[in-house]
Amino acid sequence: MSEFIQQVINGVSLGSIYALIALGYTMVYGILRFINFAHSDIFMIGAYVAFFAAPTILDLTGGNLFIAGPLSMLLAMALCSALGVTIEKLAYKPLRGRPTIVVLITAIGVSFFLEYGGQLVFGPDPKPFPDLIPKANVIDAGGVVVSSTPLVVIGTAIGLMLLLRWVVMNTKTGTAMRALSFNLQAARLMGININKVVSFTFILGSSLAAAAAVLYASVYPSINPLMGVFPGLKAFIAAVVGGIGNLVGAALGGLIIGVTETFVTGYISATYRDAIAFGILIIILLFRPAGLLGKFESERV
Amino acid sequence: MRIINRFLCVVLGLTVALSGCSQKANQDEILIGAYLSLTGTTAAFGTSSSNGIQMAVDEVNVAGGVLGKKIHLITEDTQSKPEEAALVATKLITRDKVVALLGEIASSRSLAAAPIAQEHKIPMVTPGSTNPEVTKKGDYIFRVCFIDPFQGEVMARFAYESLGARRVVIIKDVKNDYSIGLAQFFTETFTKLGGQVVGEQAYSEGDADFLAQLTAIKGLNPEIVVVPGYYQESALMVKQARGLNMTMPFLGGDGWDASEILEVGGAAMNGTYFTNHYAADDTSAIVQDFVRTYKARFDNKIPDAMAVLGYDAARILFDAISRAGSDDPTKIRDALATTKDFPGVSGTTTIDAQRNARKAIVIVKIQDGQIRFHAKVDPL
Repeated sequence: MSEFIQQVINGVSLGSIYALIALGYTMVYGILRFINFAHSDIFMIGAYVAFFAAPTILDLTGGNLFIAGPLSMLLAMALCSALGVTIEKLAYKPLRGRPTIVVLITAIGVSFFLEYGGQLVFGPDPKPFPDLIPKANVIDAGGVVVSSTPLVVIGTAIGLMLLLRWVVMNTKTGTAMRALSFNLQAARLMGININKVVSFTFILGSSLAAAAAVLYASVYPSINPLMGVFPGLKAFIAAVVGGIGNLVGAALGGLIIGVTETFVTGYISATYRDAIAFGILIIILLFRPAGLLGKFESERV
Repeated sequence: MRIINRFLCVVLGLTVALSGCSQKANQDEILIGAYLSLTGTTAAFGTSSSNGIQMAVDEVNVAGGVLGKKIHLITEDTQSKPEEAALVATKLITRDKVVALLGEIASSRSLAAAPIAQEHKIPMVTPGSTNPEVTKKGDYIFRVCFIDPFQGEVMARFAYESLGARRVVIIKDVKNDYSIGLAQFFTETFTKLGGQVVGEQAYSEGDADFLAQLTAIKGLNPEIVVVPGYYQESALMVKQARGLNMTMPFLGGDGWDASEILEVGGAAMNGTYFTNHYAADDTSAIVQDFVRTYKARFDNKIPDAMAVLGYDAARILFDAISRAGSDDPTKIRDALATTKDFPGVSGTTTIDAQRNARKAIVIVKIQDGQIRFHAKVDPL
């Protein structure tokens, strides 16, 4: 029983990181109808920003993790937002209105550029990530050890997701985002500034990816320029499972993938982890082609 | 279109011309190829062994070369991928026309390149591939390190006799020939001694999350966890295990030896053991001389086993070339096969009939953030 509880905590912690990344995929898809493959590399850059900034921030704050941790994360979020908007302006905006496949291939190009540019600039070797989450065992009873790390991960993820929900549901820009995802052309005709809203979407998505990266690197403290590839892929699956374009779906999908992976690894074998994760994707898509919470849309002609 | 065609012609012409130049071997040089993982998940292995090889090459060239000719080393990166290893080994043999190959460290990658070396009858010396299958690929394939049946046996005896363990769990990399082999050889000896492997867990190279496996292992409550993998994943694993309050010793193989294991694992690594080719705090003169020269040359970095094995592999190859009296690949092969009692930094090396090295194994312990000599076991 204690092992089961421990595995649930492991799975939810991993799943909430997937969920944060998945939100970025799903928001961009909801509005622009393409998959931003560079998203997983923005995640990687987020980890590197925190990696390079953390020593200075730790110095300035006298090693107080309660200040240095959030500060490093905010800095990573800010710089990644800027990067996300820059990528959108330089690479995707000139292609708006072109066939989706063109933008998709551009996104893959941007992704490769960041990955191999990262190898060039940061070096290809893995770097040890500093401890940014205060370490303590919060619960230690009956064989269950809950350290502060997964609690901070889950708490931060939930907090950010609630914040995102509030922004999307209760602010003017959030309403504009929803209008855009409903019908881009009609929203434009109603006088919504498309460029501004798209930029804002990239800011939200990239900052969530950066936050996820700092959490991910704190749990698995070794970072390298290709670190985004697998979490990115899993988060993308999560977004599709939940129904791409749907925010709650992305969070739900992330949790499903994270918990499934953990349970397959813990109770069956890591050998079948990816096979089963992808198997679930196929089964869900067989029965619900639009994902768990997605609405089926007939192709617009 | 025509312009593009013309441009392509020029590019093609240039490529042919340039490759023509690079193929022409200089008569005063002996071309040696090295293919190593300079980037990727095991970049530390490739970088260290490349440093060691470079040191050996420079030393021999300063001393006048081999057979009066300078050694010209061409190093290629395998990016820690088997398919890339096969590709660059082919390139070194067919385009650069090297007379011998040095590499790889990882058994999976040596296994990918060995058939190519064998087919072209180019002798290949691997510094650090310990899986027994590697040298079975043919009579041109050699190694200067011990093999995993011996390493697995030493690990099992150490776990059973010195650490007093009776119940262990193994967690291995299921995509890695080295890890699978070592796990198997450990299990064979350990069960023969009367111990019990109460569980096996799997992971894949590049994984970062081991919490699920470790939680399952914790439930089995073993006395020792055996991790026959590479440094990158092993360090993350031990660190996560300590976070789950798992305080038992972890035991690894020579795949652990890289300074990264201390950088990533930090204090969590204290109280773990691994088997290795050498220990940097060995007091013998040959080791200390090597450590001093290496540190002076490479940023004060303490050489790990792969640096030492790279150095030894290159020197054993040069020794064979000079005994062969020729840089003909077949004659080098014959001379390599008769290497006997070569005084290497990683121990006295004799190549046996299976083209494997017979030499001692060292057990090291990580303590106070440092890798320390613990025990030495001679070949049986």
